[in-house]
This record gives sequence, C-alpha cells and structure tokens, in this order.
Amino acid sequence: MKKNVCAILLGTVLAMTALTGCGANATAGSVSTDGSTSMEKVIGSLGEAFEAENSGITFTYNPTGSGPGIKAVEEGRCDIGLSSRNLTDEEKAAGLSETVLAYDGIAIIVNTENPVEDLSLETIAKIYTGEITNWSEIGGNDAEIVLIGREAGSGTRDGFESITDTEDACQYRQELTSTGDVITTVEQNPNAIGYASLASVKETVKAVLVDGVAPSEETVKDGSYVVQRPFVLVTKEGEALSDSAQMFFDYITSTDANEIISEAGVVPAN
Amino acid sequence: MKNKKRLFETIIHGIFLLLGLITVGFVLLITIYLVISGIPAIRTIGLFPFLFGTTWESTAAEPSYGILPFILTSVYGTAGAMVLGVPIGFLTAVYLAKIANPKVKAVMEQAVSMLAGIPSVVYGLVGMLTLVPGIRKLFNVPDGASLFAAIIVLAIMVLPSIIKVSMTALEAVPKEYEDASLALGATPIETYFRVSVPAARSGIAAAVVLGVGRAIGEAMAVMMVSGNVPNMPSLFQSVRFLTTAVASEMSYSSGLQQQALFSIALVLFLFIMLINVILNFFLKGDKEK
Repeated sequence: MKKNVCAILLGTVLAMTALTGCGANATAGSVSTDGSTSMEKVIGSLGEAFEAENSGITFTYNPTGSGPGIKAVEEGRCDIGLSSRNLTDEEKAAGLSETVLAYDGIAIIVNTENPVEDLSLETIAKIYTGEITNWSEIGGNDAEIVLIGREAGSGTRDGFESITDTEDACQYRQELTSTGDVITTVEQNPNAIGYASLASVKETVKAVLVDGVAPSEETVKDGSYVVQRPFVLVTKEGEALSDSAQMFFDYITSTDANEIISEAGVVPAN
Repeated sequence: MKNKKRLFETIIHGIFLLLGLITVGFVLLITIYLVISGIPAIRTIGLFPFLFGTTWESTAAEPSYGILPFILTSVYGTAGAMVLGVPIGFLTAVYLAKIANPKVKAVMEQAVSMLAGIPSVVYGLVGMLTLVPGIRKLFNVPDGASLFAAIIVLAIMVLPSIIKVSMTALEAVPKEYEDASLALGATPIETYFRVSVPAARSGIAAAVVLGVGRAIGEAMAVMMVSGNVPNMPSLFQSVRFLTTAVASEMSYSSGLQQQALFSIALVLFLFIMLINVILNFFLKGDKEK
C-alpha cells in the first residue's frame, strides 16, 4: 500500500515537472515558446492552428511571464520568447531582437447611463488610485465611483496597471476573474468603471475616449489610442531558429494568421 | 473443488479490497500532496505572518501574503449563512417530517431535491444578475457585491443539506415517544418541539455541521457575488473567501504566489477536516444512544 502511494505520488510529480518544463531541448519537429501570460490566448490558438497544419511538429508554451520568457530566450532554453512589453535597451544590447506580433488594446468601460465620455490617462490613474472618488468631480453624476478590475496575475490587469502607472496602487471594489464578468458588472452598475480587452467590448457598455481618442483597431494600431501595449516575439539576434521554429515564426507573422489573432481579441500588427 | 472455490473467493476479496483502496488512496494522495505543496510557502513566509497577516498583495513588487482576511471572511460568511439558513431549514424539516400533509410534503421534498441539484455556478449567476444590483438599490450602497450577498447565496445553498438530514433524523424518532406525549395531553406542536426535536438533536446537529461544511467549501457561487477584493470582512464590503482566494489567482500564478495558494488550500483542508471530525462526533453520539 505504502509503496503504491509512493509510486502514484512519484508519477504525479513527474507528470507535473514534465508539464511545467520549457521543452528544454529544441529538437527537430518542435517549437517551444515561453513568456507572457497575457499572450496565452493568442499564442495558444496560433499554436493549435500551426499544429493542425503541420502534423509532425509539436508546439509548447510555458506561461511564466514576460521577464522570465525573455530570460529563457537569452539562455537558449526556448525558441521564441513572448513579451507583453517592448524590450529594454539593455535587453537589446544583450543580443535580443523583437518582432511585434500584435497590439493589445484595453478599453476603459462605463455604464451606458453614465454621461462621462472622455477621460485623460492621468484622470483614469487618479480614479483607480482612489484620488478621485466621485463621478461629479469629472463631470458625471453625484455618485461614488465603483472600481471594477481583474484578479492579480491577470494579463489585462497587468497591462492596464503598467500603462496607467498604477501598479499595486489600485483601490478595487471588485476583482473579477474574467473579461465577461467585468463587462456584466459594469453593465449592471450605473456608477461602475472597468477595463476589458478591446475586442470583447460590445454595445452593452460604453467605452470612453482616452485623451479624446476612441478605442478601435485603427487607433490602437497607429498608436493614437494610448491604453495599449505590444505583444512581442523575442528571438536572439544573428542566431538562426530551428527549421520548425522558423516555420512557426513565419506562419504567425504572416497575414494568414491575422484572423486567428483577431479572434483572440488583439489587433494583428502585420 | 474446495480449493478452487476458496481461491475464487480470495480473488474476489482481493478485487473488492483493491477497489476500496482506490478511494483511500485518493484521500491519502490529496492529503499528502496538499501538505507537501502547502508547507514550503508557510516556511518561507512564516506561520504567524501567513495566518495573521492582514494584507494580501501577491503580485505586488514587495508581495505580502497574509490570509487573515480570507480566514475571517470564510468564518463570518459561513456563520452568517448559518444564522439565516438554520432556522429556515430546521423549521422546514419539522414541518415536512411532522406536520405537512402527504401531498404538500411530496411537492416540497421534490423542490428541496431540485434546489440541491442546481449547480453552484447557476446560484452565482442569478446572484450576480439579481441579488447584487438588488442589494445596491435596497441598501443604497455603491456596489452590491459584498459579504452580505455571499451570505444570502450560501444560506440558500445550505438549505437542502440541513432540511434533508434533519428530516431523516426527525422521521427516525420512534412513534411511541410522540404517542406517549400526545396521550399525556400535550398538543402536537408541543410534542414535536419538546419530544421529537430533542430526540433527534444529534441528527439535527449533524445537519448543521454538514451545512457548515458545504458553505465553507463553496467557491464558484461566492466568487461571482462577493467582489473578491482581499479586504478585512465587513458586511457591505467586497471580500474574498479562502476558496475564492485559491480559485481566482490559480490560473496565472507562479513561484511563491502559487505555493502560497497551496498553503491556503491546506488551511481550508484543515478547516474541512475539523468539520468532519465534529460531524463524526455527532453521528457517533447518535449511534451510542
């Protein structure tokens, strides 16, 4: 009995290690990616489509976060790193190059009954850090602002907080675990404000203008809508990818992949 | 021939034993796994700051992992659900077991069974779309997602366990006890509350403990109505339970944050174990009588 338990336990542990590994050895016929958790959806669907087209090649994705992903490429532990921010100058100096795969636009949403139409990025930050607590301070009704956000670790939250520079300072009233929940909650509460991936926002809520620019695919792509961030593919400069990794890279940066990228809720860059 | 038969018996015995051991094995596996994966974070953070720390900021630049808000929320939430759910459930059980006429009883029992069968995500969804806006308007608070909303949802969710188990206990009271009481001139209501209920008390206590277990372990429904912000609990504030703390951050967690979530699961597991011990105590008391 005891032996059995040990065996089962060992088996589970081995399985877990296998799952969390970064596909360390990039043998022929495999593509390993590592990095940003925000890119999980887009890279997952691209990987699936790629595997479906090239049956011999296995695709792996290790959701570790942008920083660890960049490090993994640098140390050669995976083929392509995924980062939801641009590379820093130091990282570029270390011999890494970036290719923008897509742009993630985040819409700031309010209830349709809310008269507020336009907010500046600074005001949004002030609202979320609790400096502005009543809608009347910014031209709305006399009502307390209800801050809706996402759970810690969420890519959208990470994106929103890093763009508005409010990391760890947001005074959330609700932390919800999905984009759908955020939209439904804002829809239900006339005094709520939330943020959600641009592609998920429908007419049930109102996306406010940020610094006078309405969020749309075009404004995200040309950079005039500021609540956005790039999804970046990180590779080593001057070092050729394996055949299968190169195939994957070409595939996801081609226009053929745009439909899949849009479906994952982000704006394709190519 | 005889030997063959004995061998056959032994094999069957062995198979049954093996099947039985599967369950035991899973319990052991989960327990061992939780302990092994729950201990490291507690070691790193320290038992005292972990259990009694009042701030939880798992992804901050300088993370802090204090789960006192979650523990208190779970305790308050469960207690609140019991305050609302036990009187309703208990009195319903008395009514169904003793007073109701058979037709009404059949319909109501069916309704209770259906209530038990509704998936928790449906409770959460209905709560999110009706209860949360309702509380906001009724109590004139900025937002209705709160401990109060979670208590109401939990109170409804524990009703079936309380009603069914109490009913079984009440129905098992020997008819002679009640007949004797009635023959002495007590009214039916006096009889039920002075004779039947005391006779069934350990079963009713078991029903309440079972309800506590259900309430403290519920994740999905409370996640949708409680707002999930790790505040110290207060009735109309957004709160996070032990269960939802694990569920809401698990999908993107890594490193110490993930280990700490396992530690929260371990704490929750210990709570449930404690409740099971109490439950066994009541059930055993019932048998000894």
